[in-house]
Amino acid sequence: MCLSIPSKVVKIDKELNMATVDTMGVQRDASLDLMAEGDIKLGDYVLLHIGFIMNKIDEVDALDSIELYKEIIEAMNEEDRQMAILEDDECPNRGA
Amino acid sequence: MELELKNLYDDFRDGDTIKAYAKIIKEDAKRLKKPINIMEVCGGHTHTIMKFGIPQLLPANIKFVHGPGCPVCIMPKERIDHAYVLSMQENVILVTLGDMIKVPGSKGSLQDARSKGADVRFVYSPLECLKIAKENPDANVIFFAIGFETTTPMTAALLSAVIKQDVKNIFFHINHVTVPEVMRELIDSRDVHVDSYNNRIDAFLGPSHVSVISGSKIYEEFPRDYNRPVVVTGFEPVDVMQGISMIVKQFIEDRCELEIEYKRLVTYEGNKTAQKLVEKFFEKGDLFKWRGLGNIPDSGLKLKQKFSDYDAEIKYKDVLPLEEIEDHKLCICGDILRGMASPPECTIFGTACKPTSPIGSCMVSSEGACAAYYKYGNLI
Ligand code: SF4
Repeated sequence: MCLSIPSKVVKIDKELNMATVDTMGVQRDASLDLMAEGDIKLGDYVLLHIGFIMNKIDEVDALDSIELYKEIIEAMNEEDRQMAILEDDECPNRGA
Repeated sequence: MELELKNLYDDFRDGDTIKAYAKIIKEDAKRLKKPINIMEVCGGHTHTIMKFGIPQLLPANIKFVHGPGCPVCIMPKERIDHAYVLSMQENVILVTLGDMIKVPGSKGSLQDARSKGADVRFVYSPLECLKIAKENPDANVIFFAIGFETTTPMTAALLSAVIKQDVKNIFFHINHVTVPEVMRELIDSRDVHVDSYNNRIDAFLGPSHVSVISGSKIYEEFPRDYNRPVVVTGFEPVDVMQGISMIVKQFIEDRCELEIEYKRLVTYEGNKTAQKLVEKFFEKGDLFKWRGLGNIPDSGLKLKQKFSDYDAEIKYKDVLPLEEIEDHKLCICGDILRGMASPPECTIFGTACKPTSPIGSCMVSSEGACAAYYKYGNLI
């Protein structure tokens, strides 16, 4: 029951304090009761849990993480390349 | 780059990133002075860890201890019996979240109650109670509220709406529990148990969504007073790998800190609007009996006195059973919830006890350790 889903806000009904969110193509209603007034805007990414928006997803931070992961993979690939060269250098059959 | 919804799913499940972290962790772990056991407090993490075969990706000196953070798993039979008995009352519609459907009490599960004619409804959102109450003005709707800090604000929001809309036929049976108290209990109780349990929890992966609401501040005492690092971690497999990596780095750098991996959603302070709503309606109960763990002081919430008119436990106190119920003799859920045993150590795991015929609650919910092992066990 703790699984919550990232979703995008596509509609806001101020009167009812409800939002419509898109979760990978599926639209549903979510209450804004747990959010401060004016906190959620159209296009925001949010976390949806049992019919409520729990919080806004910090886009800058999400992008930072994704960037970090790319760098790690890049560094890893570079390390692998270096290893391959090193192994090749040390290969006793080299030049045979 | 602009963030798309797809990124939030795919990039945090990316196989190459998981592999890259596995490599970093393996390298770093060579510098660990002793093996470490990491407790993932939350059942959602247990599910991710098993689903993505994360134990297989880790070196031998890093192990998981599965924690008690599954609201359904820790629900004692006494409370389920309350729900059962309430649902059998005249003119009562018992409403709860879907996860509760199969959990066995001593009289049966809510599904059994339903097959005996009780009006039990499983809803996606607590707010659905408002509609049910309006459509059934002659019935009393009882919301059987479950969950940790994550779901308490939703119950508070329902009560707030009930008061605002002056709805007279919604009542609450509160089973909300809190995480820091049980973490403390798990550490404190370690010395009085078998030797193998000593120091089996070296660090915690802090829950994701509990922390979205409460903020990371609720774990401050663990690095400070208990010498246990806590890294608040998101639910996706890349989050979990990064969280583990952060814990390992703390050990090799001789640090013991509270850190947040899940920064895209968790802050130190948490969601203050939600916290205020909870504070308005709830206060600490004296104690809550956790299934398998027993009574833990201050770990449960109850409605404040001025809202007692909405409290189903008060309104229906004459019919609610009081006797204590023992768990099944062979079920070791208690040891599993304490991190002292793992599911395959149970003699009836996978035989007498399966998801289709659960004996203990760890097998009932998909977030329970036994159910996760049963479903993904071939990955271990
Ligand atoms: S396998 Fe079943 S009986 Fe055994 S500990 Fe798990 S839930 Fe309890």
